[in-house]
Amino acid sequence: MQNPFRSLLAGLVALGLALPGHAGTTLDVAAPFEIQSPEPSTTGHIFTRMGIAETLVDADPQGRLLPGLATEWSVSEDGLTWRFTLRENVLFHDGTPMTPATVAGALEIARGKPGPLASLPIAALTPEPGALVIALGEPVAALPAFLAEARAQILAPAAYGPDGQAVAVIGTGPYRVTSLTPPLSLRATAFPEYWGAQPNVPAVTYTAVGRAETRALMAESGDADFVFTLDPATVTRLSRSDAVEIMSVAIPRSLLLKVNAAHPFLNSPEARRALSLAIDRAGLAQAVLRYPQGADQLFPPAMGDWHNPALDPLAHDPDAARALLAGLGWVPGPDGILSRDGQRLALTLTTYPDRPELPLVAAVLEQQFRAIGVELTINSTNSSEIPAGHQAGTLELGLLARNFALIPDPIGTILSDYAPGGDWGAMGWQNAEIAALAQALSRGEGGDAERARIAAILQEELPVIPIAWYQQTLALRTGIEGAVIDPWERSFGLPGLRFAE
Amino acid sequence: MTILVSRLVQALVVALLVGAATFAMMRSLPGDAAWRIAAGRYGYDNVNAAAAEAVRAELGLDGPWLGAFLQWMGDLFRLDFGVSLVSGQPVIAEIGHQLGASLWLALAAVGLSLVIGPPLGILAGLRPGSLFDRTLLVVSTALKAVPQFLMALILILVLSVQLGWLPAAGYGQPRHFILPAFALALGLAAVNARIARDAMAGVVAMPFYDFAQWKGLSRAQVLWRHGLRNVSVPLLTYLGLQFVLLVEGVVVIESIVGWPGIGHALVHAVFARDVPMVQGTALMLGLGFVMVNALIDLLAARIDPRGAR
Repeated sequence: MQNPFRSLLAGLVALGLALPGHAGTTLDVAAPFEIQSPEPSTTGHIFTRMGIAETLVDADPQGRLLPGLATEWSVSEDGLTWRFTLRENVLFHDGTPMTPATVAGALEIARGKPGPLASLPIAALTPEPGALVIALGEPVAALPAFLAEARAQILAPAAYGPDGQAVAVIGTGPYRVTSLTPPLSLRATAFPEYWGAQPNVPAVTYTAVGRAETRALMAESGDADFVFTLDPATVTRLSRSDAVEIMSVAIPRSLLLKVNAAHPFLNSPEARRALSLAIDRAGLAQAVLRYPQGADQLFPPAMGDWHNPALDPLAHDPDAARALLAGLGWVPGPDGILSRDGQRLALTLTTYPDRPELPLVAAVLEQQFRAIGVELTINSTNSSEIPAGHQAGTLELGLLARNFALIPDPIGTILSDYAPGGDWGAMGWQNAEIAALAQALSRGEGGDAERARIAAILQEELPVIPIAWYQQTLALRTGIEGAVIDPWERSFGLPGLRFAE
Repeated sequence: MTILVSRLVQALVVALLVGAATFAMMRSLPGDAAWRIAAGRYGYDNVNAAAAEAVRAELGLDGPWLGAFLQWMGDLFRLDFGVSLVSGQPVIAEIGHQLGASLWLALAAVGLSLVIGPPLGILAGLRPGSLFDRTLLVVSTALKAVPQFLMALILILVLSVQLGWLPAAGYGQPRHFILPAFALALGLAAVNARIARDAMAGVVAMPFYDFAQWKGLSRAQVLWRHGLRNVSVPLLTYLGLQFVLLVEGVVVIESIVGWPGIGHALVHAVFARDVPMVQGTALMLGLGFVMVNALIDLLAARIDPRGAR
């Protein structure tokens, strides 16, 4: 008697098979980022990742800057005037040519919106024949890296409305948008008049899928060919599947504990070191993140020159942590929690669930801190509570994932976070030496020795406590060749992909 | 006619209540709206004091609440829903897109559940106590007991991952409808079937049903003329109630299969403190309930001659 049910199911499935599916020539990308609108300041990173919009400067996986829409650049002796020679014969997707004036116009709009460009001392953007000249109020050696950031993408004049908000994505990239449906999907096809080599794959789609479980299932069932960002548990499972290939690469992003160093409990380096010694990084990395190791300093090896292999690694030693806290006058109370002058050593840790591993790590930290007598209350909330708490001075501890590659030169993030402090970096802590070193590096003075010294000071003073270094993961349908994960999170590398036959 | 008038009044009251309640709730939430909106727009990597200040200056968020409320109510009566604070797009366009996506999914689910549930329930109700009746009781109880997110995951694992017949997630093509609609429909059909079965069993036990057979009508004629019409009234009434369950299910299923619907929109808007979007979506859902119930009332009145005046 289940026949009606079974025949209905069979009918539905037959309907599903009969309806038009994906052509074999389309590559389907699934990633967690949602499309808000055509606006580069909010969604630009998706357009550059998909090869739709381009920037003046490009970067390779090692972070070396490459020509993009600018073929070369040079700076004056005093470091104040930059000249970017623009690529010739570049067409926007609406058929209009890219000119120095359109480039200047796009960057002028971009720097009027929140983003890295807005923080630069730009005095003037002047279009000249075949080039763009940028005049600065003070030297910024990393200016080309700032121009490689997604929000500095160059769109056609017709892409912007009268208020400067983008109303369409009219870029110069190898792919042209054919349909944009916020918040979840985008389709694009190869742009025949692209200035560079034509991509191998003629059409691409982008689907925003917030849940990691769903993305993993899409990879497994073949609904997506290129699935960006997998959760740790899925990686283990998918690596046993023949249908997909898992790729993973270390990226310049660290999981860290931001500490309010002005807080009376946390204002000595010993107190911060005690918290650091309480953390079993290896156990946490293996159990929660499924990484082979934890972080033993702030800057991951993926940051190249910034990683300092000579540093004493951060260790796990709860006994030493207890001894340090005892030295600061803390004595255990009846429930094992330390107290001093009638005050319990109780702190609130703020974190956010946008990255699902953060609340899990917070729960493990609560256990590990309790073992040395520190009571932790976890507040998992909106990500903006960390910078807002920084500004208000009310944040105690913040657990966060910091991207040192907001621009493909970490100096941008170091300057905003540690010279002297910043919303996502040091709080209530100042170090004149770091500030001077970072500013010198930013002007283009100094090199490896200065970077190593910055890493050493951060290791000694612990204004933030490093916990783990991130890996970026990708699931690729078997039979697709040419994939490279960009550690700087700028590109999916779609033009280089091929369907193997 | 009286049904329509009373429902129209109800719609107005719902609009006022939803408007006032969402406004009060969004205003009383902890945290600074400028920061929340900046986080929604620029993401956790890029939200900082400069971004929050830019948002505050752009939106003028520090105005007095009474003025803002009256302004919003005034806009509403001119059918102006405003602009999303996060995406900058008109709220009415976003809702149109997202409510549409949810509505189609919900309709597909209800349609499927009506195809699956009531026929099985009626078959069982015609022979209460039979093996089929008892099997249906077990199956429908089991289906109802499975949470919708689990149902969706099981269907994805079986139909997409193991068999490769249907896409696991996605939106935009008719084939994307089948799996989420089916996941929703099975739970709804489980209850539909029970209602239809009980109603049918009740009708079969009535003297008029036996009489119709004695007077010489065939079994099919009896079922058609005297059975189905009686069964459809409780079914329809229950359908109105099911829309509440359905909205709940749609929110869950949308997040699993990546469906750009109203549940997805509402959750994101609340998190990003996007007040115009929250007010718009809540209002649309409230009015949707009133409309569905008005429709059901009208239909039930047509089918059931006892209510006619």
